[in-house]
Amino acid sequence: MGRATDGLKDFQRFTPKKLPVEEPLAPGHRACQGCGEVLALRQVMKALGNNVIVVSATGCMEIISSPYPQSAWRVPWLHVAFENAAAVASGVEAAHKAMIRKGKLEDKNITFLAIAGDGGTADIGIQALSGAMERGHNFVYVCMDNEAYMNTGIQRSSSTPYGAGTTTSPPGKKSIGQQTWKKNMAAIAAAHDIPYVATASPAYYVDLMNKAKKASLVKGPAYLHLFSPCPTGWRCAVEDSVQTARLVVQTKIFPLYEVIDGKYRLSRKIKKPKPVTEYFKLQRRFRHLTEEDIALIQERVDREYDRLLELCGVSEE
Amino acid sequence: MAKRVGIEVSLAVSEAVKLANVDVVAAYPITPQTHIVEHLSELVADGHLDAEFIPVESEHSAMSTCCGSSAAGARTYTATSSQGQALMLEICYIAPALRLPIVMSVANRSLSGPISIWNDHSDMMMSRDTGWIQTVAENGQEAFDLTLHAFKVAEDSRVLLPMIVNLDGFTLTHVIEPIEILDQEEVDRYLPPYKPQMRLDPENPLTIGPVGMPEVYTEAKKAQDEAIKGAKPVIIEAWKEFGDLFGRYYKPVETYRTEGAETLLVTMGSLGETAMTAVDQMRAHGKNVGLVRIRLFRPFPFEEFLQAVKGAKQIAVMDRALALNGYGGPLATEIKAALYDEPNRPYIWNYVAGLAGRDVTVENFTEMADGVEAAAADGLRSGYTIINVRE
Repeated sequence: MGRATDGLKDFQRFTPKKLPVEEPLAPGHRACQGCGEVLALRQVMKALGNNVIVVSATGCMEIISSPYPQSAWRVPWLHVAFENAAAVASGVEAAHKAMIRKGKLEDKNITFLAIAGDGGTADIGIQALSGAMERGHNFVYVCMDNEAYMNTGIQRSSSTPYGAGTTTSPPGKKSIGQQTWKKNMAAIAAAHDIPYVATASPAYYVDLMNKAKKASLVKGPAYLHLFSPCPTGWRCAVEDSVQTARLVVQTKIFPLYEVIDGKYRLSRKIKKPKPVTEYFKLQRRFRHLTEEDIALIQERVDREYDRLLELCGVSEE
Repeated sequence: MAKRVGIEVSLAVSEAVKLANVDVVAAYPITPQTHIVEHLSELVADGHLDAEFIPVESEHSAMSTCCGSSAAGARTYTATSSQGQALMLEICYIAPALRLPIVMSVANRSLSGPISIWNDHSDMMMSRDTGWIQTVAENGQEAFDLTLHAFKVAEDSRVLLPMIVNLDGFTLTHVIEPIEILDQEEVDRYLPPYKPQMRLDPENPLTIGPVGMPEVYTEAKKAQDEAIKGAKPVIIEAWKEFGDLFGRYYKPVETYRTEGAETLLVTMGSLGETAMTAVDQMRAHGKNVGLVRIRLFRPFPFEEFLQAVKGAKQIAVMDRALALNGYGGPLATEIKAALYDEPNRPYIWNYVAGLAGRDVTVENFTEMADGVEAAAADGLRSGYTIINVRE
C-alpha cells in the first residue's frame, strides 16, 4: 500500500447533501466582488475544518483576510512573507513533530496548511516549495492560481496562459500578450514523488472539497492546484466567475485530476468538450486574440489533454 | 560538574545548543558556519539531542522555517554567515516584528564581492538594523556562554525577541580552545524550558503577521523599539545570574586597563584579545592606553559606552567593515553619534582593519593608539584610515 492509499482508507466523501457547516474563514473579509480565489479558499477551509494551522504567503488572500485589528480567520493563521509559505509551514510542522515526541504537546492530528498564489508558488516560492516537498513534511500546500500577480495589479507570472493580456504582458503590435505557455505546476509537484497531487476548480466544489480532505489525510506532502477566477484581473463580469471556473474545465484547458502515489487519475472526463473560445469570450484579457492564435491554443489544449488521458490510462473515444 | 575540555569553538557552540535542548534546528551550510550545524546534525543522529534537524534548501528557508517553528512554540535555533545571512535578511526583519525568540549564531564573514570566505564584520553590520538583539563573542568560552545566555534572554517574557550571537569566522569557529562545558544540570538551573505565551494552537486561534495599515504601522514599530530598548536590563540581569552561578561575569561594554587612560582603543570580537596584549605592552612602556570592547552590539549600550570612555582624550575605534558612506566604518559612525551630546567628548579616529581575514597585529594596535594621538595633536578633523592596505 502506498503512502496515500494508506492515509485515504478511512476517507469519507463529501456530497452535496453532506457538506460541513463550519466556516473557518469568516465572511466579511475584503475580497473583490466575484472573487473566485476566496471562494476556492472557503471550500478548502470548510473541507479541512477547525483543527488546522494555516500559513499564508503574502498575496490577495493574506491582505483581504487580515487587516489589523481585524481578521477573518477563526483558525490559527501565520503570515511571514511572500515566497516562503512552504518553508514556514515546514517549521510549524517540524515544531509539532518535535514537541509531540518530547511530550511537550499532545498529538491532536492537526492539519498544516500552506496557501499561496501562483506567483508565490510557481515563481518566487518554487524553491521553498520544492524543498519542503522533497523533505517530506506532512503538510498540505494549496496554490490558488489566478494566473497573474493580481495583488500588485495584474502582472504576468509563469502561470499566466499563453496569449493573455496582463499589465506586464500587454498585447501590442509586436506582442500577442503573454508569450509563454502556462507552467505546469501540478506536474512539477508530482515529479517530487509526493503522495498526493490534485487539480480542482471551485465550480466543481464537491470535487474540490473532497480533494482538500484527501490532501489532509495522506501522510507527507500534498499539493493542490486550484483554479481561481479573478474577475478584476481577467476583466470578466463578476457574475461570470463560477461560469469561468466551469468552462475552463469543460474546454479541457484546466482538466481535473489526481496523482495518488504517482498514479494519475482523471476526475472528470470531458466527453463533449467546448471550444476554447467559449471560455475566452467571457474575459477581456483574451479578446485581442486572432483566429490563428486561437487555433494554435486549441491545438495545444487538445494535445495536452490527450497527453493527460494517456497518463491516466484513459482511452480516447 | 562543568568540565574543561579542549574543543573546537564551533563544536562548543553546538554543545551549548544541545544543552539548551532545542526542539528545532533549521540550517543551510555556509562556510565558516558549517562545523556548528554538522555537529548538531550528528548530535541529533546519535540521539544526544532530541530535535528536528531540518536541512533546508536555502538560508531564506532556514529563517522562514525558524519563524514557523518558533510561532508554533518550539525552542528554535539556526546558524549562518555572510551571504547566507544576506539571503535570509528579508525574514530577519520579520522575526523580531513577530516577536519570535529564535537564537542564531553568526560565524562572521566578509560579504561578496569579491567573494571571500574570511572573517570580518560585514555581515554583523548588514543586520544591525533588523531588530535582533546581538552579542559578540571574543573567545570560545564566550561563544559557549553567550549562546546559553541568548536563549535565556530571547525567550524571557519581558523580551521575546530573536537574538544573534556573533563569533568571528575561522578565528573562533575553527580554533580549538580550552572551554568549560557546563553539564546538563547546571544549564537547567540557569535556563528554564521555553514556555511560549502565545503559539499557533487550533484551540486558541491567533492571527499572527497581519497587514499593518498606515494607521497601525507606526505604533507597531514604536512597540518594537520599546521592546528592544526594554531588553537591555534583562540582558544584564541574565549575565549577572550567569556570573553568580558559574563565575563568569559579562557586561554590555567591557573595559581593560582604562583607569587613567588618555587614549582608548575600541574593538568588537576576537581582536579584542590582540588589543589587550597591545595595551599591556604600551602600558609597560608608560603609555596611558586602555581598551574598550563592545560586547552588546544591539541594543547599543550608549550609557555604558559613555561611562567607559569618560575622561579619555582620544579614542581609536576599530571597524572590521566599511560602511561605504564616505565616512569610514559603521561602528565608528555609531560611536560618534553616541558622543555627540557630550560636552567634553573625546577626539575620535576610525581605523578600518581586518577585512576578510587580513591580519591585525599587536603592532597595528600600537600604531592606532599613536595615530589617534598624533591626529588629535595636529587638530585634524576626525576621519578614518584603512590600515594594512598593500600599495
